[in-house]
Amino acid sequence: MTDHPVARLQSRGTRRWLKGHAALVYLFLYGPIAMLAVLSFNDSGLPTSWGGFSFRWYGELLRNPAILHSVANSLVVAFFVTLIATAGGTLLALGLEQGRPSTALDSFVMVPMIIPDIVLAIALLSFYTTLQFTLGLYSIVLSQSVFVMAFAAAVVRTRLRNFDRSILEASVDLGADGWTTFWRVTLPAILPGVIAAALLSFTLSIDDFVIAYFSAGAGRSSTTFPMQIYAMIRFGVTPTINAIATILVLVSVTLMLTAQRLAREAQP
Amino acid sequence: MTVRAGTIPVAAPADPRARERLLLLAGPLGWIALFLVVPCLLIGIYSLFERGTYGGIEWNFTFENFRRAADPLYFGILIKSLWIAGLATAIALLVGYPAAFLIATSPERWQKLLLVLAVLPFWTNYLIRSYAWIVILNREGAINNLLRGLGLTSEPLPLLYNEFAIVLGLVYAYLPFMILPLYAAISRLGADLIEASTDLGADGWRSFRRIILPLTLPGIAAGSIFVFVYSLGNFITPDLLGGGRTVMVGNLIYDQFLTARDWPFGAALAFILIGIMMGLLTLQAFLINRARRIGTYD
Repeated sequence: MTDHPVARLQSRGTRRWLKGHAALVYLFLYGPIAMLAVLSFNDSGLPTSWGGFSFRWYGELLRNPAILHSVANSLVVAFFVTLIATAGGTLLALGLEQGRPSTALDSFVMVPMIIPDIVLAIALLSFYTTLQFTLGLYSIVLSQSVFVMAFAAAVVRTRLRNFDRSILEASVDLGADGWTTFWRVTLPAILPGVIAAALLSFTLSIDDFVIAYFSAGAGRSSTTFPMQIYAMIRFGVTPTINAIATILVLVSVTLMLTAQRLAREAQP
Repeated sequence: MTVRAGTIPVAAPADPRARERLLLLAGPLGWIALFLVVPCLLIGIYSLFERGTYGGIEWNFTFENFRRAADPLYFGILIKSLWIAGLATAIALLVGYPAAFLIATSPERWQKLLLVLAVLPFWTNYLIRSYAWIVILNREGAINNLLRGLGLTSEPLPLLYNEFAIVLGLVYAYLPFMILPLYAAISRLGADLIEASTDLGADGWRSFRRIILPLTLPGIAAGSIFVFVYSLGNFITPDLLGGGRTVMVGNLIYDQFLTARDWPFGAALAFILIGIMMGLLTLQAFLINRARRIGTYD
């Protein structure tokens, strides 16, 4: 059997229409990104004329100290956000998957994921201002960790759901206490999910602009990579952005594909 | 009767699993409460006071900020934002549903690949994805050049810096988030269910409308709420593709906080967005609870 049972019930015409539609959707999703990637190797830097293949714009990128500084900032922030969000997200997932499912709790945990980033950003800015925090890289870490944690929890939960709980009971029956069971049974079983959550956290942190922008304070010293990109885009169409785009897309895609593999591996 | 101290579990919860759950959840939920719930409540408080002369807050209680949000100028922006977000959601649903349907009914080994490919763009940088549309839509951009090259237009079409560009950018950005829950809902459908309805004489369209559509309602709700709320509060897309004028409520909030320095008014606007979001999440929880009750959701 190659076709899905539902697919067999549909007429050939409907099926063909669905396939054509899906092809256009994928073209829509990938066309713009692919175009930037091609343009990044265009020596003329213009979207309209091909000036020959070159790495010129990548070279320019590496010679720009402001960009390099912002990348370093983003990496530092992403490292700490990944630590906090992965640890918190894993605990959250373990707690939520234990006991009876609660729609109210599930909805609450969705709030950090769904809240418009501008709202969270200004709420946190008001919060820090009221507490008279000096803003900087560490306030970016605190701000990002909240919504990233919720996403991390979602990834670990997927993994937890596909895992056979009877081995936990077996472990307890064999005399292991809760702590031993966690370290020796639960954690190894969900570890791929935890690593996937870490990769996702890193990606989300590296890409976040709005929340970082409002939590960074006024100084240029805590400019992150997306803030730098935003300034460049506002300034106008610059060919260097094409090179940045290509690198960023490659990094995110690699991280996310790895995460996907880990989160889903060994699924029934 | 004498009881030795320490043998009675005085305050311990009856269920050790419940205690374990509490231990696991206390940290992360406390973190979310501190860095999300408290700041949002603070916004609620800010929105009820006056702005200071030089920015900041004057602690005089007032409803003025909310009254101002109902002022035709600002109310118009709110309505326009709701309209743009609604339009983007409707288009994403119409485009995303058939795509999710195809993915969910593809042969098993294709499903994972197609789904990953559909969701992957969401994890790439938002600014970069918006920038791509600037390159495509601007006066000297890819589309206008193509049209002129083909001799179809002499003047460049105004494709960028308008509502069209904003809606396009929003659909592009959030389509993956529509497809994902729709896929989950559709792939949960039992084939036998649809088969039974077809056997009973329902034609394709009717079995879709009467059976598939109602059963995938939780997925439709989840995807639509995501796209709608993200679009409504968005400020990057209207800023970059809408031409920088204050067009949506996200830009208005941004301006109040960073330019006009009227935090209480910005807080009131943000609070309205939170209210809309909470309302929609409640609606979704209601739909999921109902689906759980009739057994079409696990």
